[in-house]
Amino acid sequence: MLDLAFKGSKKYWRWLIFLLAIITVGAACFLLQLREGLKITGMSRDVSWGFYIGQFTFLVGVAASAVMVVLPYYLHNVKEFRRITILGEFLAVASVMMCLLFIVIDLGRPMRLFNVVLHPTPHSILFWDMIVLNGYLFLNIVIGWTVLHAEKKDVPPPKWVKPLIYVSIPWAVSIHTVTAFLYAGLPGRHYWLTAIMAARFLASAFCSGPALLIILCFLVKKYTKFDPGETAIDKLSKIVTYALLISIFFVLLEVFTAFYSQVPGHMHGLEYLFVGLDGHAKLVPFMWLFAALSILAAFLLVNPKTRKNERTLIIACVATFFSMWLEKGIALVVTGFIPNPFEQVTEYMPTVPELLITLGVWATGFFILTVLYKVAISVKEEVEAL
Amino acid sequence: MKIYDGRKIIPGILIAAVIFSFPFWLNFGKAAVPPKPKLPKEVKNCVEPTPFMRTSHMELLNKWRNLVVRENFRIFAAPDGKDYAMSLQNGCLKCHASKAEFCDQCHKYLDVKPYCWDCHLAPKENK
Amino acid sequence: MEKSRRDFLKIGGISALGLTALPAFKVLAGKKQPVYKLSDKALKGKRWAMVVDMKKCWEKQEKGVCKDCFVACHSIHNVPQIDNPKREIKWIWTEPYENAFPNLEYEYTAEVLKDKPFIVLCNHCSKPPCVRVCPTQATFQRKDGIVMMDFHRCIGCRYCMAACPYGSRSFNWGDPRPYIKKENMAFPTRTKGVVEKCNFCAERLAVGLKPACVEACKAKALVFGDLGDPNSEVSKLLKSNYTIRRKNDLGTHPNIYYII
Repeated sequence: MLDLAFKGSKKYWRWLIFLLAIITVGAACFLLQLREGLKITGMSRDVSWGFYIGQFTFLVGVAASAVMVVLPYYLHNVKEFRRITILGEFLAVASVMMCLLFIVIDLGRPMRLFNVVLHPTPHSILFWDMIVLNGYLFLNIVIGWTVLHAEKKDVPPPKWVKPLIYVSIPWAVSIHTVTAFLYAGLPGRHYWLTAIMAARFLASAFCSGPALLIILCFLVKKYTKFDPGETAIDKLSKIVTYALLISIFFVLLEVFTAFYSQVPGHMHGLEYLFVGLDGHAKLVPFMWLFAALSILAAFLLVNPKTRKNERTLIIACVATFFSMWLEKGIALVVTGFIPNPFEQVTEYMPTVPELLITLGVWATGFFILTVLYKVAISVKEEVEAL
Repeated sequence: MKIYDGRKIIPGILIAAVIFSFPFWLNFGKAAVPPKPKLPKEVKNCVEPTPFMRTSHMELLNKWRNLVVRENFRIFAAPDGKDYAMSLQNGCLKCHASKAEFCDQCHKYLDVKPYCWDCHLAPKENK
Repeated sequence: MEKSRRDFLKIGGISALGLTALPAFKVLAGKKQPVYKLSDKALKGKRWAMVVDMKKCWEKQEKGVCKDCFVACHSIHNVPQIDNPKREIKWIWTEPYENAFPNLEYEYTAEVLKDKPFIVLCNHCSKPPCVRVCPTQATFQRKDGIVMMDFHRCIGCRYCMAACPYGSRSFNWGDPRPYIKKENMAFPTRTKGVVEKCNFCAERLAVGLKPACVEACKAKALVFGDLGDPNSEVSKLLKSNYTIRRKNDLGTHPNIYYII
């Protein structure tokens, strides 16, 4: 089936070469980072995790694209999703690959990565995150590929995939929960120390993943002969709507708890994000942009007219995706370190090489995604042409 | 006989052959200097017999670093009754006083680059 | 065929028995086994702790700037001196009262405390969050309470830095060696990409010496000892003085105590 990835239009090859060029630039910067150390990034003694871990955190959410089509299709028999389960699963594969890459490039000594396996440490959440992320990657590759293969051969998928599919559903919950636990269990990091962290992760995942999936469906529809189907997109957009509203609600819960209780530690993080703390306000514009975009998206999604209109739906999905990226990919990780344990503010801004490495990983993800989608859609086109 | 796609296949094979034999051509005609690790003059015995040290010193060092850092065992009481400091800088290098004349000899010959020296300080040598 | 398989199993079984008996046999044969041990001089304790008498330190400071404890620690442990605060590495240093004890500070903080420097270092917590989160056990707690770093094993994920509520940990953002003015040949340096912090001078305790900072303090403001021994100096000091710990409310049980 992989041979289908080698037969494509000029546009397909041009896009892949474009991505490869970005990957090359990123890889060159990564080599520089390997030689010089992480000092080429904007991270510091006080803000010791930055853009890389932010992207990782956000992309764990995007991987929820799979479960949001698999669960309705297999548990609730929502037939419209049959056509696009593979798109959700392959998007999850690409996202989790990016997550793993972001963790590796963030390590000070990436060559020692296997120490995590050589010295398994169940009391470390990072150990569990390694297990759930790799497990989810494995599940989605195996399930996606097997089901697609069966579709190509025009036979029902083998029986042994069914249990894997059922396992993949709670497993998807675990990747968001465990990733949230990375942050939510640390004493003295008030912005992260919240019991609804995992719930917030699930909510934002369930809107950012499907939002990207909707955008991808429209792209697929535009550039290929495969139509994911209007009803499927409509169903997905409803999922995005609910998840986005819950997401916004959860952020408001944090605001209430912090500001009604007036406990300084709980207020500091939100103050830093929305108005600035001790004169430091680098993230304030990003956070208001988050607020504006998520409210815009909510308006467009709640109103059935704009939700069912292709153009406004795309705007809503882009706004959802981008706002969740601002909140998870930038704000969440950095703000956990502000103020530092001495109640001083050290700000963080990524450097150019850091951004190029990040871009390189994103390009790698999109490369994987393009190849996988190419295979899947070629199969679909073949089957439908018969 | 005609090879289909011969215009692609034959140059491909040639390129592969060059790439695979590259290390050979790179070192062609250069004789590698055989290692001559210089042993300390005054001390005759190491912590273990020489053949063992020659083949397995890295395993011993690996084991010892765990024992020292993690278990807080810092002295090795050898079967011959002597006590040794289980330390690279304060033990091994006290007898093997020259990294260049001892460690580097074989490591260079075999082209292994142990990362010990990223942290552990090698004795200052006059060059 | 049947017979030979039975024979095979028999021989296998006997061999396995023999293998397990081998170590015992070696001992019986009288061959002396090598032993790993700790020096008889080594200081041993159940729960190492430090009491910092800040009044003594400040008295000394009034007579002129004193950095004896940092200098001793940082030179012995090859701690690089990097002046950029974003990249700096420190094992022991001072922070103003308001920063060291942000939860104790308020508008009418007594004059004797206001802006006063407090010596801060790794708290060697009894319930260390850094140990809990480390995915490779590169940071671990010894039986005597010392929170140790195994630099050989650290992958540089910096989860411990996120977990430590005291800012006690530093990361080697680059190669530290160019920033070490005078190397102590008896102690290693670190390499780029690993986390480091105070080790309570584990290497000195092993040869019967007290931590370098304690030894260097002429004002005798730093007292090191075993809280497992009720007659130790630290135990007595804690009984007879009002002491505070940093962020006591977080439940990490720091083992650095301050007399103010």
